[in-house]
Amino acid sequence: MPIHDQGYRRYGGERAPHGRAWAVIASAGVRTMLRKRAFLGLLLLAWAPFFVRAVQIYAAANLPQAAFLAPTPEMFRDFLTQQNVFVFFIAVYAGSGLIASDRRANALQIYLSKPLLRVEYVFGKLAVLLVFLLAVTWVPAIVLLIVQVMFAGNFTFFVDNIFLFPAITLSAFIQTITVSVTMLALSSLSRSSRYVGVLYAGVIFFTQAMYGVLYEVTRDSGWSWVSFSANLSQVNAFIFRMRPAYDTPWPLSLLVLAAVIALSAVILERRVRGVEVVA
Amino acid sequence: MPDAAPVITLEGVTVLYGAQRALQDVTARFEAGAVGLLGPNGAGKSTMIKALLGFVKPTSGRMRVLGYDVAASPLPIRARVGYMPESDAHIPGMNAVSFVAYCGELAGLPRVDAMQRAHEVLFYVGLGEARYRNVETYSTGMKQRIKLAQALVHDPDLLLLDEPTNGMDPKGRDEMLALVRDLAHRKGVNVIVSSHLLPDVEYTCDHVVVMDKGRVATEGPIAALKQPRGRVYELRVKAAELQTFIAALSAAGLECHETDEDVMRVFVPGDGGARDIFTLASTSGVQVRHLRPSVPTLEDVFAHAVGEK
Repeated sequence: MPIHDQGYRRYGGERAPHGRAWAVIASAGVRTMLRKRAFLGLLLLAWAPFFVRAVQIYAAANLPQAAFLAPTPEMFRDFLTQQNVFVFFIAVYAGSGLIASDRRANALQIYLSKPLLRVEYVFGKLAVLLVFLLAVTWVPAIVLLIVQVMFAGNFTFFVDNIFLFPAITLSAFIQTITVSVTMLALSSLSRSSRYVGVLYAGVIFFTQAMYGVLYEVTRDSGWSWVSFSANLSQVNAFIFRMRPAYDTPWPLSLLVLAAVIALSAVILERRVRGVEVVA
Repeated sequence: MPDAAPVITLEGVTVLYGAQRALQDVTARFEAGAVGLLGPNGAGKSTMIKALLGFVKPTSGRMRVLGYDVAASPLPIRARVGYMPESDAHIPGMNAVSFVAYCGELAGLPRVDAMQRAHEVLFYVGLGEARYRNVETYSTGMKQRIKLAQALVHDPDLLLLDEPTNGMDPKGRDEMLALVRDLAHRKGVNVIVSSHLLPDVEYTCDHVVVMDKGRVATEGPIAALKQPRGRVYELRVKAAELQTFIAALSAAGLECHETDEDVMRVFVPGDGGARDIFTLASTSGVQVRHLRPSVPTLEDVFAHAVGEK
């Protein structure tokens, strides 16, 4: 029997209006990652510091001998800083293949032949990484704040440090957006997700090493603007009203992070195309 | 459907890749039904398809697809067009049914409908039994079929098929062509088949646009283009005398094309006939070993259009 006798029917059902494809891409990306056991393990591990801090808050609220463990605004900043290691590994695991794998499989021409804009494709991919990075930074930090209120049984700490909620939110979003956009841009540069992972690690460690060398030569921590991580640290210190670790003014660090995002956007604009033209 | 509005029109379209002119002032119209986009490699067929999808922007000219201006309305066009790319293409890490359903969702179908359509379309293209296998494990022929499935899942009004039989074995190729023909002639889907394989186009299409070196060499209904503008003969002479006789035929205004075998196809314009060929052979001292009247084929149309000898 010829295979076309199996039949083909025209479709008369509803169609979603344009502009929602990014959500399809994002949800498919999230589902794909959540099917990987190793990645689920990494996510659970990333929540381990949260449980340690939750126990600390519980002890401080309920045991007079543990009063020295009472939460402070620094604790929340330190928590977010601790999460940097998980941000790194999740960015590499979930982010390196986001566009690289599509380029390897020539999937871009499939995506862009559907009714979606390039910016929707990029935003959908970006959303995958944002979801996971916020899930290990913003979400546990905010839950920690709620846990503090619950264990203390009052709003005193929360009200006294009312800036913490916006500070956690701003800090987590600046970090995750910068990391996600940078990783996505690097992912668009290659067809190999492994190479992208190495490239991202290079960006993080090389810029930090470069700052280390400059500091050793000049003994001036004002050079920290060359380090990706140091710039995030400077901006975070300002947001949490803490003493900064380096002499670089925070607006300069913010400017560098903005420049990194802008450069990444330019790379994405040039690399995410339905056809690769080698002139 | 000669009175139907064309599904695609191009007016003076030029596409540059750096200094390379991939399309040069192309003006063409693709009628409803099945149209072949024929031409040798590098003729500009794939570039034309990519320009129609908005992947590459022409430096000049206008294009309309299904009544929409390509530059102004790319999304409504892509919602009604299915594209089967020439090279292997899939979404990594998915099995076939997930991949095709995902493509349906990207095209705006609700998730449940997309999944149902994915199953149907995979059966239609002959991948029903393999639909839960990861696409990366598919053979070349299966990858061709899945590319057709993802192009079909959202029920497009127009299918753009770029070399649909690339890398397929003879049986798979026949089945793919049967599918394309069925879609175009029984399912009411407009199909553009870009190919350098004349038999593929001749089997599936009613109209043809022949491209050569970035230009349209000729276009029209295949049946009309095959109408003889004179008479056609198959001719064989002694191998040693071949070049001499070709020169003599050309000098006398008779067009001749070599085929894969040792047989030439000679076009005698106007009211001329076999007698003209025998006269020329006699004058040139060439021994004619085989002469038989023939009918024009699409290959002749193609050869004539691109000026092959």
